[in-house]
Amino acid sequence: MRIKDHPILSFAEGKKVEFTFEGKILTGKEGEPIAAALHDAGIRVLRHSPRHNRPRGFFCAIGNCSSCLMVVDGKPNVKVCVTPLQEGMRVQYQKGKGDINAAN
Amino acid sequence: MLKKDGVPSPEELEGVKPSQERLEEGPVVIVECMQEIPCDPCYYACPKEAFRPFGDINEKPEIDYEKCNGCSICIANCPGLAIFVLDYNYSEKEGLLKIPYELKPLPEKEEKVIVLNRAGEEIGKGRVVQVLNTKKQDRTAIISIAVPKEILMDARHIRLIRGSTDEG
Amino acid sequence: MRQTDLAIIGAGPAGLAAALEAATAGAKVILLERDEWLGGQLVKQTHQFFGSKKEFAGMRGIDIATHFSEQIEKNKDIEVFTGATALGYYEDGVLTAAYSGRMLKIKPKTMLVASGAMEKMIPFNNNDLPGVYGAGAVQTLMNVYGVAPGKRVLMVGAGNIGLIVSYQLMQAGIEVEAIIEGSSQVGGYWVHASKIRRMGVPILTNHTILKAIGEEKVEGALITEIDENWKPLEGTEREVSVDNICLAVGLSPLAELLWQAGCQMEFSPQLGGYVPVRDEDLETSQEGIYIAGDVAGIEEATSAILEGQLAGISAARKMGFAVEDKKIEQIKENLKSLRAGPVGEHIRQGLAQVER
Repeated sequence: MRIKDHPILSFAEGKKVEFTFEGKILTGKEGEPIAAALHDAGIRVLRHSPRHNRPRGFFCAIGNCSSCLMVVDGKPNVKVCVTPLQEGMRVQYQKGKGDINAAN
Repeated sequence: MLKKDGVPSPEELEGVKPSQERLEEGPVVIVECMQEIPCDPCYYACPKEAFRPFGDINEKPEIDYEKCNGCSICIANCPGLAIFVLDYNYSEKEGLLKIPYELKPLPEKEEKVIVLNRAGEEIGKGRVVQVLNTKKQDRTAIISIAVPKEILMDARHIRLIRGSTDEG
Repeated sequence: MRQTDLAIIGAGPAGLAAALEAATAGAKVILLERDEWLGGQLVKQTHQFFGSKKEFAGMRGIDIATHFSEQIEKNKDIEVFTGATALGYYEDGVLTAAYSGRMLKIKPKTMLVASGAMEKMIPFNNNDLPGVYGAGAVQTLMNVYGVAPGKRVLMVGAGNIGLIVSYQLMQAGIEVEAIIEGSSQVGGYWVHASKIRRMGVPILTNHTILKAIGEEKVEGALITEIDENWKPLEGTEREVSVDNICLAVGLSPLAELLWQAGCQMEFSPQLGGYVPVRDEDLETSQEGIYIAGDVAGIEEATSAILEGQLAGISAARKMGFAVEDKKIEQIKENLKSLRAGPVGEHIRQGLAQVER
């Protein structure tokens, strides 16, 4: 959910871009972190942990904690909280440690 | 008690209240800043020099109520949003309360609002008399609300009635 | 390999203030910032700052960030790299950073680490569930990107960050269920506490969280009252319905680079964890390596700005640039007066332990 009417801040409209999350088409603002666009779309689970298969989500927002590692355009371990969203990106859940050889 | 839950006790409040005589003389400030913290913009904001100069910026503000004319410039200059202006004699039955307000939407003139006390409890209804939001205030609006005299000393915030979902 | 007089790691309030002071004294500065913007945490601070009107009191943090950024961008002696993460500092005095897919190598005459802090975590059941966020992350999401972190939030911690972020949530139209605090007292400024109390948000001291409720994401929280030994009081457990649990339980200095550079470190609970031993000019035990801001001890933005000024000007003086002693004394005086009151007591205690 986007914040619209704020007493102190105003948020730039930005350029709308389309991307996919698990094959589903979503829209977000170009250049915002992928995590912000996913959050706006109500998506909270970003990956599952390697050992106990626990759901993991957004946590630190500054690229510190590794909670938000996802597969983006086939590449695993992308910190979506600090990676800018671009038109046509393919974003997927990451299972476990991710397979770098699967990247295309 | 402030340090326990953020709500001042009657004893804590006693220390920052202008006298009843001063209240009845006309508009006056009440500065609900009861902790020694490093902060001094109120002193610089006042055109009447009603705030005594700070020796150490951690001192609590001290007010010369004879110099204060209730002009309200200090309200939007307090980073703690702890300054209010009271006009006890606004009308026969109503007092006027001026509060800092940094929420959206802003109330409108003549709008009826719910009046809240320092603990956020509903204590009555009020009527918005003025909404000031000039450039100088830097996005801290000042809302003037006419409230029954008997709740003037307890009223410190408002909630809009329109669009409210939790009013029952 | 790039040569420079002063390399600064971190463009938050401390790093920015330091860059301007050092450049004003005549030094060439390289400023490295991991984020894509300048200002660090200032860009999320929508409230007016406390402190002295002589510095920035009364200005909103977001506007202080803009004020600094504009001056930095105009200054020819400051070279800025955003999106640049410092990687290491080596025995031959070389600093490396990852920047735009390649490695930057810098050989500075002096270095200032102003890398800030990271959020602490507390143990409770399911604390890894999506929807449990750090307070800084909540601020970033809502104040930088304009996305609501949830519909209803439980705030954990009644220090200044917990209180301020709760207020900011309300400003963004998000409900705050309550602020819970383990100790028996509100840790932040009482004016911040009063501000959110009159909006109807309870502050529950002597309370803690036992569990985040939910399978795939937060759907609630189990909270309880605790005694003075932090033991849950039987029969006081209750569930609250929230979709976001926001942790504001303190910060710890991001001091990895200082450890690696061999600076002498000491544990100071008052300053938030391991911090470098320093002299009164903010030089560490490694000659030519300076510190400022939260990495030197968790405090707040106004003191970070003053420490940045002090470290920047001290580094310039060390390299032989002409600096007025009077100016250094004035900055030290301003810092001292900021910390002189009761809320600065723990800082004074912490500093007494690590200042040599």
